[in-house]
Amino acid sequence: MSGRRKYPQAYAGGAEALAHVRDEIVPALEAAFPGGVTPLVPSFDQPQVQVAPDRLAAVARWLKDRGFNMLVDVGGVDYLPRTPRYEVVYHLLALPQLWRLRLRVPVEEDELEVPTVSDLWPAAEAAEREVWDLFGIRFAGHPNLTRILMPDDWVGHPLRKDYPIQGPRASLPAFAAERNRYHAPKLPGDPPGTAGWPGGAKGGN
Amino acid sequence: MPQVVRSGDYDLDLEELQIDAEGDRMTLSVGPHHPSTHGVLRVILEIEGERIVKAVPEIGFLHTGIEKQAEQLNWTQAITVIDRADYLAPLSNNLGYVLAVEKLLGVEVPPRARILRVLFTELQRIASHLVWLGTTGLDIGSQSVLMYCFDLRESILDLFEEAAGARLHPSFFRVGGLAQDIPEGFEELARRSLARVPERIREIRNILDENPIWIDRLKGVGSISAEQAIAWGVTGPNLRACGVPYDVRKAYPYAGYEEFDFAVPVGEHGDCYDRYIVRVEEILESYSICVQALARLPKGPVMVDDRKIARPPKHEVRQSMESLIHHFKLVSYGFDVPAGEVYQAIESPRGEIGFYVVSSGKNKPWRVRIRPPAFYNVFAMPVMMQGALLADMVAVIASVDPVFGEVDR
Amino acid sequence: MEMTNNQFFLTTVEKFVRWAQKSSMWPLTFGLACCAIEMMQLVSPRYDMAQFGGEVFRSTPRQADLMIVSGRLSNKMVPVIEQVYRQMPDPKWVVAMGACASSGGIFDNYAIVQGVDEVLPVDIYVPGCPPTPDAVVYAVLQLHDAIQKGQAHGGVMRA
Repeated sequence: MSGRRKYPQAYAGGAEALAHVRDEIVPALEAAFPGGVTPLVPSFDQPQVQVAPDRLAAVARWLKDRGFNMLVDVGGVDYLPRTPRYEVVYHLLALPQLWRLRLRVPVEEDELEVPTVSDLWPAAEAAEREVWDLFGIRFAGHPNLTRILMPDDWVGHPLRKDYPIQGPRASLPAFAAERNRYHAPKLPGDPPGTAGWPGGAKGGN
Repeated sequence: MPQVVRSGDYDLDLEELQIDAEGDRMTLSVGPHHPSTHGVLRVILEIEGERIVKAVPEIGFLHTGIEKQAEQLNWTQAITVIDRADYLAPLSNNLGYVLAVEKLLGVEVPPRARILRVLFTELQRIASHLVWLGTTGLDIGSQSVLMYCFDLRESILDLFEEAAGARLHPSFFRVGGLAQDIPEGFEELARRSLARVPERIREIRNILDENPIWIDRLKGVGSISAEQAIAWGVTGPNLRACGVPYDVRKAYPYAGYEEFDFAVPVGEHGDCYDRYIVRVEEILESYSICVQALARLPKGPVMVDDRKIARPPKHEVRQSMESLIHHFKLVSYGFDVPAGEVYQAIESPRGEIGFYVVSSGKNKPWRVRIRPPAFYNVFAMPVMMQGALLADMVAVIASVDPVFGEVDR
Repeated sequence: MEMTNNQFFLTTVEKFVRWAQKSSMWPLTFGLACCAIEMMQLVSPRYDMAQFGGEVFRSTPRQADLMIVSGRLSNKMVPVIEQVYRQMPDPKWVVAMGACASSGGIFDNYAIVQGVDEVLPVDIYVPGCPPTPDAVVYAVLQLHDAIQKGQAHGGVMRA
C-alpha cells in the first residue's frame, strides 16, 4: 500500500526473553529470597514462582527494580478443598525486554491477607479491589479497598467456589418475588398486554 | 461553599470515593447513563471552574458474572459466555480462550483453520475500530463519520453472517479449529468487501485529518507519558500512541502471526489525536493482513482429527457406532482437559487481553480469569484527564475506547 | 349533539392521538451491552430507523418516549434504570431487546436481573442474542401497531 509510514521496529522475540527469565532471573530471585520463593515447574507458557505472602512486598520491589515495569494482571483463584485455599496470581511484564513472570501467592483461608503492590504499580489499585470484591482477600496497605464490580451493599464474594451461582436468588425466593411486580397474576378478563403474556410467576427456577 | 450535585436517590458517597469537596470545587457525577461514556461508565469529577482536578471512574454497572458462569459450563459451552465479554471484538475473546485451552491440551490446529482465525480476528479488529471511529466522530461532532463507518462495518458483519450465521457474536472458533468451514464463494465475497476498506478509510481521513475542529478537540488533549501508561498497565493502541511499539502479535506471536508481514503503528505524544491516528493506521494494517491471509489460504480440514475433541462428521455418525459414541460424549459431557494453568495473551483491538485458565482435569474450567485491557485503560483515564477541560473528558473517554462488557465482565 | 356522536368524536381524537404517538417515537440511547451495538446500527444507512419516525435518538430521558433496553441488566444498574425510566415523560414504552433483557438469557447468575420486566413494564420482547437490527425494527413496528390499536398505553393507563 502506498503512503505507509515508517514505524520503529516493534518489540519482538518473546520466546528468548522468557527463556532468559527462566534461566537467569528466576534463579537469581530464588537466591535473593531463600525460602520465600519457590520456582514452580515452568508451565506451558511462562515462568512462574510461588511467593510466600509475607515476602511478596520485598519480592515485588526486587522485581520492579530489575525492570518489571508493568503489572499485567492481578487475579484470584479459589481452590476450594485445598489448603491453602486461595491464590493471588500476579502477571508481570518488563517492557522493552519482554520478560514475563507469574507470581503465585497462596493465601490461607483464615488469613486472607496479602500486602498490596499498588505502591509499586498503580495498575494494581483497581485490580486488587476487584480481587477483594470477588474473593474477599484483603490487601494490607491498599489506599481504598472497597467493592468495585458489585454494589456496595452486596453480601458475599461471588467468585468463591462456595458462593451459589445464582447468588441471593438461590436461597431467597422472596428476592425475586419482591422485584416481580410487573409479573403479578392478572385477573380473568384483563387484557393480555402487547406481548400476549398472560401473567403469573415466571417459569423455571 | 462546596456544591454537590445530587442525582435522585442514587447519591454520591463522597467519603467512600475519597473526594473532599472543599473550597470552590464542585463534584459532578457523569454517567452511568450518559451518551459520551460509551456504555455504563460513571465518572465522578471534581472540577474547579472548567478544569478537572480529580476524576474517579466507577465501574461495575455491567458486571455479568462471566467468569463465574464459565466455571459452570463445559469447555466448549464456555466460549458462548466468554465471547460476550468484549462485545466489540467477540472473536478476539474467542481466539484467546481457545488458544489457552489448546495450549493445555497440546493441540495443533490445521493450517487452514489457523489462517482463517487470523483472517476473522483481523476483520473483527477492523469492525471494532470502525465502531470506535464512528462513535468518537459522533462525540466530537461529526455525524457523517458514523454513517461512513457503520456502512463499512455492515459489509464485514455480512462476512461473519455468511460464515457463522451470526452478525455480532459469531463464536466461530472451537477448541481444535473452527466450528465449520467457510461456505463456497466466501473468499470472493471477502475480497469484494475488503476492497472497500482502504478507499473508505481514505474518505474518512479526508474528512477528519485536517479538520480544524477535529484537531482542536483531540491534539494535545488527554496526553499520557509512556512511563505512566506502562505503570498503569495500559496496552494496545493507547500504549502505542505513546510511542511504545508493544504488540502481542509481534512480541509473542500466536496463531501464526509471525508468517504475516505487517507494521505496528505508533504515535509520539500519547494524546487523543495520536490514538486516532494509530487506530486508523491499524485498520489499514489489518486490511493488509486480511489480504495476505486470503492469498495464502490453504485447502484442507478446519478441525483437528481427534475424535476426543472434535465432533465426527455427520455422515460418520450415521454409520459408525464408535463415532456415535464420540458424538454423544462430546455433546453431553464435553472433553477433559489436563490439569494445569496457562496464561494466553493476544492482541485484541483494545490491547492485551489475557486468559488465565486453570484446569482441574475435568470437563469444566476451574477458573477462567480474563485480563481485561479496557479495565486497566479505564483506570488510567484519570491521569489523562488531569487538568483537562470538562469538555475534554468526552474526548478522553472516547479515545480510550472502553468496552464495558469487558471492563466489568 | 347526541351521545353517540360524542362517543364517535372522542374515539377519533383518541385515534388521532395514538397515531401521533406512534408516528414519532423518540428512542432513548440506553445502551447496556452487546445489543447496544446492534441498536446503534438502527440509525446506520442500511436499517435507517428514520423511515419509521424513530431516528431521533435522545440522550436525555426527558425528551424520549421509547426505552430500548439493549443488553443485560445487572443488579448494580437497577436503581439507575429505574431512575431513568421515572425521568421519562408519560406516555412511555419499553422494548426489551435481546435474550438477556427479556429473560436473563444465558446469564442465570448472581449479577444479572432475570429479565428487565422484573423492574420495568415491558411492551415488546425481542428474542435473539443479539437480535438483528431488522428484528428491532420489526418490534418497533409491532409496537406502533399496538399503540394504534390501543393495546399499549405507554405505562399510564394500565387496564
